[in-house]
Amino acid sequence: MLGAALLLSALEAQGVDVVFGLPGGSVIPLYDCLKDFNIRHILTRHEQGAVHAADGYARATGKVGVCFATSGPGATNLVTGIATAQMDSIPLVCITGQVSSPLLGKDSFQEAYTVGICQPVTKHTYAITKASEIPDVVAEAFFVAKTGRPGPVVIDIPKDIFTQEAPPAIDGGKVRERVALKFKAYTINKEQVRKAAKMLTEAQKPVMIVGGGVNISEKNHRLLTQLVEKTQIPVSETLMGRGVFTNEGVLNLGMLGMHGTTAANYAVQNADVILAIGMRFDDRVTSDVSKFAPKAKIIHVDIDPAEIGKNVVVDLPIVADSEEFLMVLNEVMAAVANRQEWLDELKAHTKMVKSPANSVLPPKEMFAVIDKLLDEDTIVVTDVGQHQMWAALFLNPRRTRRFLTSGGAGTMGYGFPAAIGAKFGQPDKKVVLITGDGSFQMNLQELAVVKKFRLPIKICLVNNGYLGMVRQWQEMFHNGNYAETTLDAAPNWQRLAQAYDINYVCIENLDDAAQKLAVVFNDDEPYLIDLLVDHTANVYPMVPAGCGLDEIVGDFENEA
Amino acid sequence: MKHKLAVLVENNPGVLAKVSGLFSRRGYNIDSLVVSDTEDKSVSRMTIVVDGDAKTLEQVTKQLHKLVDVIKVNDLTNDEIVSRQLLLVRVAADHDTRGEIIQLMDIFRARIIDIGRRSLIVEATGDEDKIEAIIKSLQPFGVQEIVKTGISAMVRSPKEK
Repeated sequence: MLGAALLLSALEAQGVDVVFGLPGGSVIPLYDCLKDFNIRHILTRHEQGAVHAADGYARATGKVGVCFATSGPGATNLVTGIATAQMDSIPLVCITGQVSSPLLGKDSFQEAYTVGICQPVTKHTYAITKASEIPDVVAEAFFVAKTGRPGPVVIDIPKDIFTQEAPPAIDGGKVRERVALKFKAYTINKEQVRKAAKMLTEAQKPVMIVGGGVNISEKNHRLLTQLVEKTQIPVSETLMGRGVFTNEGVLNLGMLGMHGTTAANYAVQNADVILAIGMRFDDRVTSDVSKFAPKAKIIHVDIDPAEIGKNVVVDLPIVADSEEFLMVLNEVMAAVANRQEWLDELKAHTKMVKSPANSVLPPKEMFAVIDKLLDEDTIVVTDVGQHQMWAALFLNPRRTRRFLTSGGAGTMGYGFPAAIGAKFGQPDKKVVLITGDGSFQMNLQELAVVKKFRLPIKICLVNNGYLGMVRQWQEMFHNGNYAETTLDAAPNWQRLAQAYDINYVCIENLDDAAQKLAVVFNDDEPYLIDLLVDHTANVYPMVPAGCGLDEIVGDFENEA
Repeated sequence: MKHKLAVLVENNPGVLAKVSGLFSRRGYNIDSLVVSDTEDKSVSRMTIVVDGDAKTLEQVTKQLHKLVDVIKVNDLTNDEIVSRQLLLVRVAADHDTRGEIIQLMDIFRARIIDIGRRSLIVEATGDEDKIEAIIKSLQPFGVQEIVKTGISAMVRSPKEK
């Protein structure tokens, strides 16, 4: 069997049905064999599009995302997407071609030291040296990518290996025993969970923070809701945790951190016990870490022991899978009735941001219109910038895996290809992309994929003619010196949409928004929706860098 | 504080880069690093001396554990260990000082392994304190060149039944 066929059959054995990629010299023999396998290849127009699409596919489905790229520039074009997946713990297997073995290390045409370049931004890398290694390496790569804390894995394969003969794998590939043991799930320490239950029961001002590690399990929505209803502990989500907790009312504090809600940030700063699950106390969450949650004892639950104690001092560490932890905590913790005082206090500190008075399309109200059009199954994908924060603040994803965003890396250009990947992973679900004119221009070559497959993605272009988040910082912290943040000479968006046979709608004011968007969202067609928001609207609330979470800036409605 | 770590890793190409890359990426300070194969040819052993507080060491250990190629991490700091490093030093020596240096090196059980017209080369093994002492004692004669290996360390065998 050829190395290429060995690889594709190993992918089939892992249940791979879709891969995203772009062929080049080193992977021609791989693409040559594709026709013999039951794997659908989606041709993106840039390798970065392929890796983000694989990422969106993985986030939307919970399966491992797979992409192909050729050697040299093909592989280096993946790096941003791999780093994005690594920061957000997304399982990917990226197959990169490499120059033929005899040419290795000679600065050959399209040679790059892919495993060396990718090593710092992956969970693991494999360099194949013989075709016979392929079945075991692929099996192990998938195992590593999805087991424990997920992450991206790169397999680098020289061109000559694709055409090297090796016997087919008899029993599929094997994961080395040592590696299997290394990532074996920790047995949850129930004694620690009981201690957590005790701390939470006795707490006067408890709060939960849930992150991406909770968002990856479908069951967690129910488990968390059950726990919260029983124990009356209010919940705040990190950006990566959006969609896990959907109850309405005071128990749902919304997002915390730099652009978190007043209620969430107040809760954290005044809590006496914090239960943090599947989150990693990123600086965008804690702000100045020395001022973070000064009164709280912290219970930190994470599947990765290295996260515990990394950024904040933890009082009770629990290494566990979030689902198992929630299940056990639900078992051992009794109902707590009287939290009214704390909840009232939080309610009193819930403030709504005021929209600019003379705005014709204020972001907050516009997002509220979009939110009404989302259902339980709608997958919201965002890019990075102001629109991302507005989406996180004003949209309410209704379930886990319904809010896909580049949280850790903050990769502009992520959203559009990720939305494409999400649509291929969940063809029956509505996919809404929230992007900005800055982010969208970073990967809009993938409009060709939308055109080819008539993907009914709703591209909501929050268009303000600026690199808006940078502009906001320049306004607030750099005396309004708007250095290089004006995106003039923007394309004619209508003609761009036309060029790719995609429908175009322009929304200029709030009065039109509801009706026009309802039509668009109910049409099973691709749309580019040009949302002409205020050029100078800023994202509030905001905690400026270096401040504590209680030093919030913003113009609030219910303030004297 | 200095900590000695014994790290067993897969004997793969690239594993040294993965380990050293982890240290540089996360800003941990390596004082010294020794790698060699072991009784099992598929396994290499790294002895790493890392400078940092207990919190840093905990992170180093946990992050090392996350590398797929890392088999085992042992912190030897609180163990009874023997540790050795190898020193080669070229020191200025003419016929007036040569005898004195040789006598001095005898005390340390260091050896003279090369003699030139104006210098000689001393070879010594020992723990860090001894190596430091040898270098200090040679300094008055004019140390011209120093080569040291990092530290290799092993846990002492149990003494009681």
